[in-house]
Amino acid sequence: MAYYIVRRLLQAIPVLIGTTFLIYFMVFAMPGNPLLTLFGDRTPPPALLERLEQQYLLDQPFIIQYLNYLGNVVTGNFGISFSGQSVNDILARTFPVTLRLAFLAITIEMVIALSVGLISGLRKGGIFDASALVVSLLLISLPIFVLCFIAQFFFAVQLGWFSPTVGADASIPKLILPAIVLALFVVATAIRLTRASVIETSTADFVRTAYSKGLGRRRVVPVHILRNSLIPVTTQLGADFGLLIVGATVTEGIFNVPGVGNTLYQAIIRGERPTVVSFVTVMVLLYLIVNILIDLIYAVLDPRIRYVK
Amino acid sequence: MKFRRFGVGTIALASASALVLAGCATGGDDGGEQSGGGEAIITANGSEPQNPLIPTNTNETGGGKILDAIFAGLVTYGADGSPENDMAESIETEDNKTFTITVEEGHEFTNGEPVDAESFVNAWQYGALLSNEQLNSYFFEDIEGFSYDVDSPLTGLEVTDEYEFTVTLKEARSDFPLRLGYSAFYPLPDAAFEDIDAFGENPIGNGPYMLDGEGAWQHDVQIDLAVNPDYDGPRAPQNDGLRIVFYATQDAAYADLLAGNLDVLDSIPDANFATFESDLGDRAVNQPAAIFQSFTIPSDPTQFANPAAFQHWVGEEGQLRRQALSMAINREEITDVIFEGTRTPASDFTSPTIDGWTDELEGSEVLEYNPEEAQRLWAEADAIAPFTGSFQITYNADGGHQGWVDAVTNSIANTLGIQASGNPIPTFAESRELITTKTIETAFRTGWQADYPGLFNFLGPLYATNASSNDGAYSNPEVDRLLAEGATTTDRDEANRLYQQAQEILLQDLPAIPLWYSNVTGGYSEAVDNVEFDWHSVPLYHAITKTA
Repeated sequence: MAYYIVRRLLQAIPVLIGTTFLIYFMVFAMPGNPLLTLFGDRTPPPALLERLEQQYLLDQPFIIQYLNYLGNVVTGNFGISFSGQSVNDILARTFPVTLRLAFLAITIEMVIALSVGLISGLRKGGIFDASALVVSLLLISLPIFVLCFIAQFFFAVQLGWFSPTVGADASIPKLILPAIVLALFVVATAIRLTRASVIETSTADFVRTAYSKGLGRRRVVPVHILRNSLIPVTTQLGADFGLLIVGATVTEGIFNVPGVGNTLYQAIIRGERPTVVSFVTVMVLLYLIVNILIDLIYAVLDPRIRYVK
Repeated sequence: MKFRRFGVGTIALASASALVLAGCATGGDDGGEQSGGGEAIITANGSEPQNPLIPTNTNETGGGKILDAIFAGLVTYGADGSPENDMAESIETEDNKTFTITVEEGHEFTNGEPVDAESFVNAWQYGALLSNEQLNSYFFEDIEGFSYDVDSPLTGLEVTDEYEFTVTLKEARSDFPLRLGYSAFYPLPDAAFEDIDAFGENPIGNGPYMLDGEGAWQHDVQIDLAVNPDYDGPRAPQNDGLRIVFYATQDAAYADLLAGNLDVLDSIPDANFATFESDLGDRAVNQPAAIFQSFTIPSDPTQFANPAAFQHWVGEEGQLRRQALSMAINREEITDVIFEGTRTPASDFTSPTIDGWTDELEGSEVLEYNPEEAQRLWAEADAIAPFTGSFQITYNADGGHQGWVDAVTNSIANTLGIQASGNPIPTFAESRELITTKTIETAFRTGWQADYPGLFNFLGPLYATNASSNDGAYSNPEVDRLLAEGATTTDRDEANRLYQQAQEILLQDLPAIPLWYSNVTGGYSEAVDNVEFDWHSVPLYHAITKTA
């Protein structure tokens, strides 16, 4: 088990290096001098621009810039943003907020997907199943910003149940509304997947065996059907987690959540290489870790899966 | 020049702004109490400062708004842009070249250091020095000793007494005292130079407000400002503190305003232009601001990489075509339909909020929609040399400009019967690079937001020969002469008359085609009163009172 985890983590290293290289190159290849945006419509004095370019190494060829960045990262220094702040500090204050939002959203998604999916699967073709299908289709076809604006306008501005924006101390209660919206955005797929998986498992031999052993529904449904249906759903939740971290940009903007999305968006617009690359790298790292965790959860869900040498 | 961070649109649309909180309020200083529960704290929208909070390094509205609240300069501006002494006791000159500035005694920074002549001179020296890489260094360019290319101290600054110093300019500038309210000219305490990075995080000022303790600035979230009990200038706060909340989008701020979580909003999101006046009633604000929008057609093709691209836009033919284009644009309709009345059609090259503005310049009829005359002038130009190709306006696609660019080019195409279209460039950085390296091959979007309330600020940097932001390489000796003469004339009305004459020439040459003035659109909640927006679109925060 420990060997397996170490091996997976080692595999992550080339992935991370490849990612930073690709992202750094893409930001590098963005046309236009990013420092010009610091001056708005005014043309900066050439000598000042030159000094700033030197400071941010923008006058160096790509490979020098990249190696310099990578060298700093290895020593734990992610660089300096155009606003003069340490990227480490920015990472440290934005990622916890976005992670909290993503975990909350995943939890909500899981609760909805499992309960709705399970009932739909068990009562295939019934009224509940049909309505769940219609609602999921509706949710899956709505762009997220529409969901955000509707939720913000009705539940926060009109009804006043929530604060329309998150802002300072992004605590769990304040994050509930954006988390629900995010969860709704991804929940449809998970519901359909749970339903299909439950239907498939319900007809499996071991379920019939369980019933014929004389076990009641109360035991068969959670232990035999649900547990065995969870593997594909868990995979989906892992993938959704990545989607939520990245896809939170729009939601964070609308609900003014001081998380990764806003900062990353501004950094991309301004062509801030260290900030963009560091954010994406940390995102990739998180995604890899979550996927390792998901693989480990498989073993818990299905004792037949063993991670040995 | 300050530009806005979010609403990337606004970055682009507004190039510059001075964000000086100006004050005409008088009355009791009831400050002194630190903010606490239940007190009259005003919440206002803002955005995360893009730079450390150092006056000479802040050129965008997010940081500028905060600096204006925590610092006080020699002068401050009233709501109408009229200057008034703040820290200065007097600013005297005989020739508009050498100024003797006396700082009023008795003012202190919040760390107890006195505000004296040194506070100003040291801050300006710091801001001007090339190796300090300050974004606002160009504000000191007129002071003797300033250099863009090497480290060179401002030899024109001389401390003559503890509270008196003299400023010698390279050449006479009658509007120099007017500029002194801009944040680049704020004083700094000695503590700033001990560790400028730490200072930028926890600035120590001398203004009506101060940071509410260490860590008052929560990055990306908000900044809490408490009343500075020792401030006794003209901007005495009428509330107990200010909380500036940073919003990533104006839409979020607007939702907070509607829900009563935000007291004052100084920028309505585009999506709500049509409805905000009915949403907010008499709490909505929509008035012209010191922001001028235009598009520029290069005047001197030889300075551009592809001179052939502008062959139809020079000489007599060019003048006729420029006038025809301008008369082919239905500004009234576009500002109504595209901008829902949040822009005001331009009638000159400056802004109605500036002293000396007039809509009666000779030749300003060229800015009115007149399709017959436009067609006649275009035909006249065609007689000189037939027009080939199409007309395009380059703009940055990340700035929300597509709507009006399409409307303007359609208006031109329909009136003149030529091909006209927008030429979107993905990012602001890329479009600015095309312009500054002069590799651009079409007309391009230009905008200007004033640093200080003077006509010269809209004209000198943009249309004087070789001026810093003369992106179209325009040059006309007569304009240069009038601007220079205006700059040296002491009498403000006389100077304004000269600037108006310069504009009358600009209206014939049309180096840039004026489009409209951006309005400031904003609003406030029922919880506050006495909200007034000043000449450059910023609410006078110190004057705001809580109603409940």
